[in-house]
Amino acid sequence: MSERRTIAVLVENKPGVLARVSSLFRRRGFNIESLAVGTTEREDISRMTIVVKGDDRTLEQVMKQLNKLIEVIKVSDLSENSVERELALIKVHAPPAKRSEIIEIANIFRARIVDVARDSFIIEITGDEDKINAFVDLMRQFGIKEMARTGKISMARGSKT
Amino acid sequence: MRAADAIVKALEMEGVEHVFGIPGGAILEVYDALYDSEIVHILTRHEQAAVHAADGYARATGKVGVAFATSGPGATNTVTGIATAYMDSSPIVVMTGQVPRAMIGNDAFQEADITGITMPITKHNYLVTDERQLLRTIKEAFYIAQTGRPGPVLIDLPRDVTMADIEFEYPEKVDLIGYKPKTKGHPKQIKKAVDLIMQAERPIILAGGGVRLSNAHEEVLKLAETIPAFVVTTLMGKGAIPETHPLCLGFIGMHGTKYGNYAVMEADLIIAIGCRFSDRTVGKFSEFAPNAKIIHIDIDPAEIGKNVRVDVPIVGDAKSVLREMIKMIKHKQRKEWFDRVEELRRKYPLKYKRDENVIKPQFVVEKVFELAPDAIVTTEVGQNQMWAAQYFKVKHPRQFITSGGLGTMGFGFPAAMGAQVAFPDRIVVDIAGDGSFLMNIQELATCVDYDIPVKVCILNNAYLGMVRQWQQLFYRRRYSATRLRYPELSFEKIAKGFGAHGITVEKPSEVEDALKEAFEIDKPVVIDFHVEVEENVFPFVPPGRSLLEVLDGE
Repeated sequence: MSERRTIAVLVENKPGVLARVSSLFRRRGFNIESLAVGTTEREDISRMTIVVKGDDRTLEQVMKQLNKLIEVIKVSDLSENSVERELALIKVHAPPAKRSEIIEIANIFRARIVDVARDSFIIEITGDEDKINAFVDLMRQFGIKEMARTGKISMARGSKT
Repeated sequence: MRAADAIVKALEMEGVEHVFGIPGGAILEVYDALYDSEIVHILTRHEQAAVHAADGYARATGKVGVAFATSGPGATNTVTGIATAYMDSSPIVVMTGQVPRAMIGNDAFQEADITGITMPITKHNYLVTDERQLLRTIKEAFYIAQTGRPGPVLIDLPRDVTMADIEFEYPEKVDLIGYKPKTKGHPKQIKKAVDLIMQAERPIILAGGGVRLSNAHEEVLKLAETIPAFVVTTLMGKGAIPETHPLCLGFIGMHGTKYGNYAVMEADLIIAIGCRFSDRTVGKFSEFAPNAKIIHIDIDPAEIGKNVRVDVPIVGDAKSVLREMIKMIKHKQRKEWFDRVEELRRKYPLKYKRDENVIKPQFVVEKVFELAPDAIVTTEVGQNQMWAAQYFKVKHPRQFITSGGLGTMGFGFPAAMGAQVAFPDRIVVDIAGDGSFLMNIQELATCVDYDIPVKVCILNNAYLGMVRQWQQLFYRRRYSATRLRYPELSFEKIAKGFGAHGITVEKPSEVEDALKEAFEIDKPVVIDFHVEVEENVFPFVPPGRSLLEVLDGE
């Protein structure tokens, strides 16, 4: 059975590490759904959050193969019991007649309007994937001119790291 | 100290005695430093051969093999050699020159992104962008190449880095936070494995290349004799146990012994040691050893469960794990199983049709074994490789050297060169095909130049024989592009043209004399055996089939 899984990869912050990780996915035929990279509490270590589609066997191979990379420090499966967030910027068509309606929906979703132009808004929204998808669906009726999503980042709940 | 001198000094400190390579603009500085060193440099005639030679050297000795190449085409020529070493987990370090740092990325003369190119075929690689990191990089490279599951490491050296001035402080220790290979097996898993072994009625040991890498051949023998269990090997595992030992059933897989394959399929327990269950060994994954539980000992966790289901995985170094297991195992008679396997061995021996007028390739290999049973044997790839594997009974670990994973034609001859450089007093034989030998024939020049007395035995059938065999069996004899037409070609004359010795053999009665002559001459020798042209390798399990579906050719 194919499902989406989230893995967090701690890597040494060195040039070429991202290429090594993405090359491994390509070479082994694993498909990346989303990939987010950023720094951690230590400047010499970066964290990648990768969403991959596949069954348990695929996920196990992905994790084992990632672990073999010299610059990979730790790989964890965050598919369950973790906090997930994504950020999206959405430029939506907003003529004066529609503005209050859009603002109302944005408020319900606790999204923020971060740029206002004559006939468009840029809206910033964070949340888990479902929330963002729901918001995007609602915005479609007004006309989405442009959208950028960061890809998911994720962290295990509780004291586990 | 000049960085280039520091590199050479670091190599000396790593115990490097031989380097194989070809100089060029970007790596000139290092070659200049090499001029004053005790390290012997062997100038090969192609960079691919330099890497194969370093690989052969590593496989024969267990030490790290080292190859040098310049930037651009020199570096790209190493790629097949590196991929070959990667697939067979061979510890080598390849150093390539690179254009100066300021020119990287500008498509400079002889620039190639060799770290990008070799990323998927190295265990790890480095582009040294800071001369202060140079020595740490070399230390890490040698450490990574030979620890855990060994493999090739490449270091790309920009020319201006090699010219820089640095302090020589060679690190004593390596600290890599993301690389801590586990060598000791988990005691609980070992106990579980021992319980399975004690319960088993039909146990078999499957020994792979990891046995050689971990120097665990004594432990394998001890385990086999203690249980007692028969031993089959993979192609890379040949030599894990002397093949003349009564418990050894030879190698299994596509061209393995029929009795070995059958025994595996009837076993109720497989103890797999340092092998990766490749398609060539296992046949159809889902039908492999259907009645058996599988214990899999491997230092690479990613190999466990990759191709076949495993009941008891043990991650660790084979030698250390086996030592722990042997302590707990007690001898148990399994007469019924032993009788059954002996019956299989009697019923399905390896065989070929002998001929008095035409040389059979199998006969040549048998004669090589008879006359030089302790020789180091390398092979090319194809029919020659399989006949060598079937008919040369390997007695010692590191005696049989072949490109198992990548299947690189042209590997055997330079690999033999590397082995011969390491062991100048032993007989080193490359069992070759005419197709494969032509792929690195230029190395005859190297052999003559450095007095490397490798013996090349060409099983010359004027075909790309293994491909022809598949065309015969699966494509109705439509021999598309497999005939090697060269009626005028004489390998004897070519050998002599290089200054080596050459012999042509056309009759079975001349085979023995030719081999004796070759083994006695202290010179590289090429023997061109004109063998039966349409001889096939049997037994043959067609690709993707179960090991029970063996073609015999009768």
